[in-house]
Amino acid sequence: MSDTSQNTNPVTQFDELPDAPPKRKIKLSLPGKIGIGVVIFWAIIVIIGPTISPYHEADILDEELFIVPGSDEMYPDTDFQPPSKIVWLGSDYLGRDTLSRILFGARTTIGISLIATLLAYLIGVTLGIAAAVGSRFMDMALSRVNDALLAIPSIMFALVVIAALNSPTIPWLILITGIIYACSVFRIARSLGQEVMVSDFVEAARVRGEGLWWIITREILPNIAMPLATDFGLRFVWIILFISSLSFLGLGVQPPASDWGSMVKENLPGLVYGSFAPLIPALAIATLTISINMIVDDISAHSGGKLAKRMIS
Amino acid sequence: MSVLLEVDDLCISARNDDDELTPIVKGVSFNVARGEVVALIGESGSGKTTIALSSLGYTKPGLEFVGGEVRLEGEDVITMGADQLRGLRGQRVAYLAQSAAATFNPALTIGEQVTETCVLHGILTQKQADERAEFLYRALELPDPDLLGKRYPHQVSGGQLQRLMAATALCGKPDLLVLDEPTTALDVTTQIEVLKAFKSVIKQEGSAAIYVTHDLSVVAQIADHIVVLYAGETQEYGSAEQVVSHPGHDYTRRLMHAVRPPPAAGQGDETSGKHRREAPALEVKDLVAGYGKVKGGKPAITVLRDVNVSIERGHSVGVIGESGCGKSTLARVMAGLLPAAQGEVLLDGEPLKPALQQRSRSDLQKVQFVFQMADTALNPRQRIDHILGRPLEFYLGLKGKEKRRRIGELLQMVELPQEFAGRYPEELSGGQKQRINLARALAASPEVLLCDEVISALDSIVGANVIELLKKLRKQTGVSFVFISHDLSTVASFADEIIVLYAGRVVEKGTTDAVLSPPYHPYTRLLISSVPELRVGWLEETMETQEAQAGIDRVVTLTDKGCPFFDRCPRAIKDTCDQETPPVRMLSSGHAIECHLSEAEFAQ
Repeated sequence: MSDTSQNTNPVTQFDELPDAPPKRKIKLSLPGKIGIGVVIFWAIIVIIGPTISPYHEADILDEELFIVPGSDEMYPDTDFQPPSKIVWLGSDYLGRDTLSRILFGARTTIGISLIATLLAYLIGVTLGIAAAVGSRFMDMALSRVNDALLAIPSIMFALVVIAALNSPTIPWLILITGIIYACSVFRIARSLGQEVMVSDFVEAARVRGEGLWWIITREILPNIAMPLATDFGLRFVWIILFISSLSFLGLGVQPPASDWGSMVKENLPGLVYGSFAPLIPALAIATLTISINMIVDDISAHSGGKLAKRMIS
Repeated sequence: MSVLLEVDDLCISARNDDDELTPIVKGVSFNVARGEVVALIGESGSGKTTIALSSLGYTKPGLEFVGGEVRLEGEDVITMGADQLRGLRGQRVAYLAQSAAATFNPALTIGEQVTETCVLHGILTQKQADERAEFLYRALELPDPDLLGKRYPHQVSGGQLQRLMAATALCGKPDLLVLDEPTTALDVTTQIEVLKAFKSVIKQEGSAAIYVTHDLSVVAQIADHIVVLYAGETQEYGSAEQVVSHPGHDYTRRLMHAVRPPPAAGQGDETSGKHRREAPALEVKDLVAGYGKVKGGKPAITVLRDVNVSIERGHSVGVIGESGCGKSTLARVMAGLLPAAQGEVLLDGEPLKPALQQRSRSDLQKVQFVFQMADTALNPRQRIDHILGRPLEFYLGLKGKEKRRRIGELLQMVELPQEFAGRYPEELSGGQKQRINLARALAASPEVLLCDEVISALDSIVGANVIELLKKLRKQTGVSFVFISHDLSTVASFADEIIVLYAGRVVEKGTTDAVLSPPYHPYTRLLISSVPELRVGWLEETMETQEAQAGIDRVVTLTDKGCPFFDRCPRAIKDTCDQETPPVRMLSSGHAIECHLSEAEFAQ
């Protein structure tokens, strides 16, 4: 019989097996590669920005620096200066170096947004999964509270809380942003979780007698990780913009600390004088957010496309 | 007859990542004359749907035409522009997809959807289209033709929806119909009714059709010519009579071999008595179960009533019935997914706790459930070795090397290569996934395996292989099987005993030979006579029989009173069958029938 011949040496046959499947490389397209390049660039700036910065972010530059040799003008303007050898990217409305403020501001802007996004995910995914696998009552309670929070416009909500606190500090800013964005993460995690919860393989795990913890960590989380990661990229971008807009309104990061959003706001009058000062932080925000979006698009398009291609071959 | 469609040396290829072309269809040619049905038959992956779609000038994304012509009345549709194609599709060539339930929009009435295409194309005005639709409802023998258009898709049965799809396609009087597996998902009784309607309406309208399927016995009923395909190449092309009666090619014979013979006595596998012990492996006593809140021992919707089943050790019991008869519900009660309202489930003579959460781990281990759809029953993010390893670890406490060795053995048991341990489910074909699904259940070393329609989603050759595997596993392991299926031929070839369920009641039960030989319960007779036979002309003969005329085209209804089969039974006794619960009669042949007719009356 054929199965006796197969039975000859199962042990050695199996030991020769590769332990892991061949690695599947994600091939990124050109926009994706550019995106990764830009994000890596900003990540480096976050780490070394303050050390390579020519001035401190709060330094108001001396008039003497701006004296053109041979000129008799002893007291030149220092604010809204165009790019020159002294200030590579020009100076702002108080005569501070824009480049230095961008380099310092990267740390505050990206740091605060990243921590706030992680916080939003921690709260949102935990509660969202709890609502998806928990009892009907738990789902009801969590979802209705979430709906109530979502009903309040997020900027308004932040403004009211910050106004009530009197003096906004960075930890408070992170906490408020995290909670506001946890609401939308909650909804996504809950609906993704519910979808997986009713699938046959979860039922198979339940018939096997698996506990809730196993089902959550082994069956549900791996299956919702990819869409959540896609959402993480987008959510991070929205939080950067949100914090920037809070700073723009004067309720975010407080002076003299720099952050990209508040730099746009402070230097807005400079537009009248043809200054670059408000455009450069805006450009910094734009490059970072667009790059993240390009990476996210590429990965999600890729994972979908890969499946389709495999089905044909 | 004039030729309507000529497919001439058609070649279609798939383009991959690196811009390489892989041929999918390799030089296929055939003709369709007016008023003729041509069947494309083959396994999944043989390119039959791809070829059928080319008559609409369409390819699935990632595929492209690389050679040949598809001429509709002499015009090549492949080279047509978008404008011409728009006029072609839905107007001259109409497409019927496999699942009507997924194609109809639940928010619109049937009438709106049936007439939409031809009104949009400007062939008919809305009023003319409505009249035409009503005419078609009559031609397709649909109930209440004058009011049907006002109803919504969920208000009609699956078989009726499938016929309504045909009405949608025929409404604009197309020259050519493309039917893609239109009866594959249906019960046998429904399948006959749909086939008959299709056949008569195609004849009446004089339109031509391309019929795509993997089921040779269905093709024998409806096609004039048959094209047998394998891996994108024509294996055999000839008239239906010739291909079915005198197959010329090896592959055709293989296909015919995979068509299971019509159910009859004497097909059941013999089981050895060596695994037999005193108590049955699994027993169900006086079971009442259903869905919704249980009040006074009765659920809101009672599906199963007074069900008694006992599965001997090492035996396999087939459970058969149309959809809606409670087959899956029975398996779910046994597995503990649905607690019973009344009655009990005994394992080795010991009562099992009704709900899953209360059962002990060793109880769970002994009864394993194999899900119907392997596609969804395997976690796509887990590798095969994790999927198979988990029950080994969970129930048997195996770790490390021992676990890996056992995974290797399991893969060998289900006849899959060892390398599959490192793959993910999506890298496997449908039949391979079903094997993994089985291996996972076997990993627990169970005593009873509950198989819920495990081969229904597979095509005939793959399904036949899985059945062979199950037979082998049963011999090797001595596991008892509960084998649920709506396909009587499959059950007949596998089970020792058969239970016929109708509307939640066991209407007949006994050994395979006894159930499949007379006397029959009227419902069993209907089921047996509905299985298509592999010969031309079977359909017409069957439709003439008494059972078919009484029982086909009705839906399963759950009743509290009398025999649920009453309204479909050709031998129903008025005022008795619809009022009183039928008694269970033990017949001299050794099997039980639940019917008001006595043994003497059955013999007539």
